Amino acid sequence: MWTYNKILEYPVNIKCTDPRLAKVIISQYGGPDGELAASLRYLSQKFGMPDQNAKAILNDIGTEELAHLEMVGAIVHQLTKNASIEEIEAAGLGPYYTDHGVDVYPQSAAGVPFTAAYIACKGDAIANLQEDLAAEQKARATYEKLIDLCRDNPDVLDPLKFLREREIVHFQRFGEALRGVQDKLAEKKFYMNCDNMNK
Amino acid sequence: MLEDDNRNCGCMMNNFNMNYNMMNTNMTSSSDNNMSSCECDEFNQTREQMMERIKCLNFAIIELGLYLDTHVDDEKAICLHRKYCKEYRELTDKYQKVYGPLTIQFPCNKWRWIEEPWPWERGNF
Repeated sequence: MWTYNKILEYPVNIKCTDPRLAKVIISQYGGPDGELAASLRYLSQKFGMPDQNAKAILNDIGTEELAHLEMVGAIVHQLTKNASIEEIEAAGLGPYYTDHGVDVYPQSAAGVPFTAAYIACKGDAIANLQEDLAAEQKARATYEKLIDLCRDNPDVLDPLKFLREREIVHFQRFGEALRGVQDKLAEKKFYMNCDNMNK
Repeated sequence: MLEDDNRNCGCMMNNFNMNYNMMNTNMTSSSDNNMSSCECDEFNQTREQMMERIKCLNFAIIELGLYLDTHVDDEKAICLHRKYCKEYRELTDKYQKVYGPLTIQFPCNKWRWIEEPWPWERGNF
């Protein structure tokens, strides 16, 4: 089960509102390569992993992704909290504002609401871990694009850089877990004839 | 002003603490409170008994937390919350030293996090 810690994994302290940035960063909240998808993907796949290391890494990275979800939510919130209606309109957030005000709603930058279709649970540990590796790379690439778009705002850049680095660490750990699973599945299997056991 | 005293750990809380300590030493076994310490000797608890107690305390803390979110001035609830948190801390500490970590924040000399079956495999139940 989970318990909540009343701290962010890495601080988010944005002094100037900028709804234009919120509009794109929200993709890492509820978009196809976002933190919500990542967390649900790993926490759903953990049940089917064949060894303890892979179970642990999916469980623990899935947990960390929830902390990242909160960080991205905090970024979006701080970027929109005190925005004027003019700023919101100018950022192209009129449609968003109509349905959600300045709440943090899980959607992609293009406005597509979150869907479980973003994640896969294939019933195959190798396929799942390969998907996880790809997901981490896609999330890293997304953060790099966001870092380009947020280049003038150091308060936003700082947590984005941290989140990007975490994707790289997760990719590394998933690679190690995959290697372990491959080794385990490649092990020779020995069978004992039960008829001989009692002799 | 009174309200603030109750909410923060001011002198009001010290009184509660004393009451609680007295309560604890005077009544070891049962009373009207069904969350009072179980009858078995604390040192002879089996693993199952310890885990059962941890789960009870955990749920009680969650439930009191929700209640206190909307009833911040309820002194009896705060007192119970303090009591259960203390016991939870002590008992989980004891359990984890013997049976391995329940959270990733528990330090180990060797990495025991991956030793036990996971809860979805009926570990720690």
